[in-house]
Amino acid sequence: MAVTPWKPTDQMTVVTKSTPRVDAVAKVTGRAKYTYDIKPKQCLAGRLVTCPHPNAKITSLDLSAAEALPGVKAVLALRNARDMCRFAGEFVAAVAAVSEDIATDAARLVKVEFETYPFVVREEDALKPNAPMARGEGRANANDGNVRTDGDVDAAFAGADATIDGTYSTQVQGHVCLETHGVVCEWNDAQDQLTVWASTQGVFSVRDGLTGALGLDASNVRVVTDYMGGGFGSKFGPGEEGIACARLAKMAKAPVRLMLTREQESTNSGNRPSSIQQVKLGAKKDGTVVGYQVRSYGTGGIGSGAGFPTPYIYRTGTVRAQHSDVYINAGNARAMRAPGHPQASFGMESAMDDLADALGMDPIELRKKNDGSDRRHRQYAVAAEMIGWSNRRPSGSLPGVIKRGYGIGSATWGGGGGGTQAQVDIHADGSVIVKCGTQDLGTGARTVVAVVAAEELGLPVSAITPLIGDTSFPPSGGSGGSTTTPSVAPAIKVTADMARDALFAKVAQALHTTPDLLEARDGMIRDSGDASKSISWKDACALLGTESMSVHGAHDRSLSSSGVAGCCAAEVDVDTETGKIMVRRLVSVQDCGLVIDKLTTESQIIGGAIQGMSWALYEDRIMDRIQGQQINPNLETYKILTTPDMPEIIPVVWMEEESLSRGVIGIGEPPVIPVAGAIGNAVKNAIGVRVPSLPITRAKVLAALARKGNGTT
Amino acid sequence: MPEHTKRPDAPSHSEEPTSSQQGGVSRRTFLKGVGGATVAASILPVVRPNAGNAQEAIKGVSMGPVTLKVNGKTHTISRVESRTTLLDALRNHLELTGAKPICLRASCGGCTVLKDGAPVYSCSILAMDAQGSEITTVEGLADGDDLHPVQQAFVEHDALMCGFCTPGFIMSVTALLNENKNPTLDDVKRSLAGNICRCGTYTRIFEATMTAAERMREGA
Repeated sequence: MAVTPWKPTDQMTVVTKSTPRVDAVAKVTGRAKYTYDIKPKQCLAGRLVTCPHPNAKITSLDLSAAEALPGVKAVLALRNARDMCRFAGEFVAAVAAVSEDIATDAARLVKVEFETYPFVVREEDALKPNAPMARGEGRANANDGNVRTDGDVDAAFAGADATIDGTYSTQVQGHVCLETHGVVCEWNDAQDQLTVWASTQGVFSVRDGLTGALGLDASNVRVVTDYMGGGFGSKFGPGEEGIACARLAKMAKAPVRLMLTREQESTNSGNRPSSIQQVKLGAKKDGTVVGYQVRSYGTGGIGSGAGFPTPYIYRTGTVRAQHSDVYINAGNARAMRAPGHPQASFGMESAMDDLADALGMDPIELRKKNDGSDRRHRQYAVAAEMIGWSNRRPSGSLPGVIKRGYGIGSATWGGGGGGTQAQVDIHADGSVIVKCGTQDLGTGARTVVAVVAAEELGLPVSAITPLIGDTSFPPSGGSGGSTTTPSVAPAIKVTADMARDALFAKVAQALHTTPDLLEARDGMIRDSGDASKSISWKDACALLGTESMSVHGAHDRSLSSSGVAGCCAAEVDVDTETGKIMVRRLVSVQDCGLVIDKLTTESQIIGGAIQGMSWALYEDRIMDRIQGQQINPNLETYKILTTPDMPEIIPVVWMEEESLSRGVIGIGEPPVIPVAGAIGNAVKNAIGVRVPSLPITRAKVLAALARKGNGTT
Repeated sequence: MPEHTKRPDAPSHSEEPTSSQQGGVSRRTFLKGVGGATVAASILPVVRPNAGNAQEAIKGVSMGPVTLKVNGKTHTISRVESRTTLLDALRNHLELTGAKPICLRASCGGCTVLKDGAPVYSCSILAMDAQGSEITTVEGLADGDDLHPVQQAFVEHDALMCGFCTPGFIMSVTALLNENKNPTLDDVKRSLAGNICRCGTYTRIFEATMTAAERMREGA
């Protein structure tokens, strides 16, 4: 059957409009059950035992005291004697007991002895000569990194009218999922079928991780995620905790719920790597950038993955780029909301504004000169208008103690779709059940399913029952890379269209017409050329009799696309006596192709702005270089933006037909990318001096002002 | 404002084992668990053998009944440990899982419930100390299928994403609007300072709060 394109947006009744999310009532009443809330009968509490040392060899592991504690039902070693632990927080054992408190007691009773080794927990220390080897002898703390060149960058700099040098750096950021990582595992009596409730952004990837680790088939494991409390890229596989939980449940012959503690979540569930970027950027008088050079390094802890795309977004003529991953004794990085891009954006946007100041040019004009995206050119105009860019004065030119500044940053992302199937069931009573094995990590995937089905079947959203988050449903991919909506929406459309057409075939006879003339709108099926030939949805479905309809379909590439543009403009006040930054307003402009639900799309843009601002000004994983541990693995000392510091945030969903007509593209990640660059540039515009490292704290603002005062900037 | 009572058995960094040997639940650790609480006469002391060190009996943890009035209904839990928090009692004994365990140390507001009308961090109150109080959880706000105005406004304004922090925010907003019928935006920002959202819903929560306040003033 030929796939029909999305209908023209002016004919859409649900898609592109604002629909409150379909599971909002469950969430506001407390009825929504998250993994942390799932408690099968006789469910035990699991708890992990962690290594307290940053670099240590296990010399002995004694489980007997934990096993002997009343209420303890299973104790499991996850590491053996002689195994190395490479960061504080590595999991070494797991226990299951009748209550969370007793499980915590039992975890303390697991006796592990270690031989400790020198360690290194900061990038700059890891790069020193004779630094302790984070990964053990013979494995360097940093790779050299390939040098990537495009053109003769030295000649370009020699011919440039202005060049700037700057070192811009970004810190390690925690995902800080409010629901910690974890699962509930329940085996059947024969212990060959496993049901798992997982706090995950990939039910199928959790299933596959478990089958691999436990030697099971896909048919033996079912993974369910009705609701999950945040992932941001860190929750794809079962994790060590998930595998341990399944094994504990088998040992104890009882279901087990194992959720990480907040401290474990902070130290051992992933993070965004740091970056230190030594940038040189040169341009001609008219603003044409002719050369970009970057020497960068960053750490993904004991893991790799600290690279980022360079040069970011803008045409730079020539390029020389070299990046090294640095290894330290800290928890490894995982994908985090637009992996690499916020780091890349902060470095590039900072350099662009420093270059604009060096050229005496307006920062937006400099961007337009070097930005190949026509759509973003139009977005700059909207952002500038809404933020009041015309109020911007040359950097550092304002008198007074509290100075106002304006800044801008840009973003790009892919966000294409694929690999998703769906099932649409239409029953004789008129009910419609749509099944898809995707999951909702808070972006509104369940609502996307219902909205698209409602649009295609001509029904209200409330008439659709969307079922997601279960590996027994048709397969879909993990929710990462902003791929969920562009994967799911087309699959739902294709399948709903097939179901609708099959129903038309039944109805046409009753209406004395042909299926091709029928349309479904407003809860009716009618002949598009003869209004007298119509039947209500319910009566039409009654024609199905005892034969409910069940149709299976798949994503079609013609309905989705990839590649988005966006920008963010910031207005800040900086108190030059205290260093306090007050972000007054953020305008975030973002396209995402065909907008499925405008309301939740705006929410994504707002959420990205908030998370980006939080990273820009507050968040920082702080490692204790004496003890080798994270000092702030909790929510009172790992600072996240809270309500008193909130600016006004103005989300602009790009609704130009040129963009909407591209099909569905994801929006989850791009809005977080440009925010730190925009805020950093606004701060520089206000005070006239760059604060080149995130988070931009008061202390750094004051230090920068002091340098400026000394003439040492 | 929520009580900032530190949870007695909250993990404390300075007290985490950092020596090369882990293990051994100390008597002090357990005593800490009931520190500041009055052990009622009806609570029977339980002595557990400390398998890590058989010479030292663990004292201080006791089991007993706790009676809680939650959402207008009285529940008696026959046996809970004295160190059981209100949050633990709600979630694991009364199956009221709306209040969420997020930080477990009075930093994030995810476990916020109303105690005699005031917002408190239920992770930081012992269940036994909540006896005799009227506890309201997010499950107790709606009247059957009729949502509370705060809940309704959260739905309409999309003031939630993953939803894990949402019950805590709803309770904090409800407490604010019970006290202050006509809050300014700054009042709202200040009163929600003890709640953390990671997805980034604050803007929507402010909008929802203003809408709910308006409707509650009109008696809707």
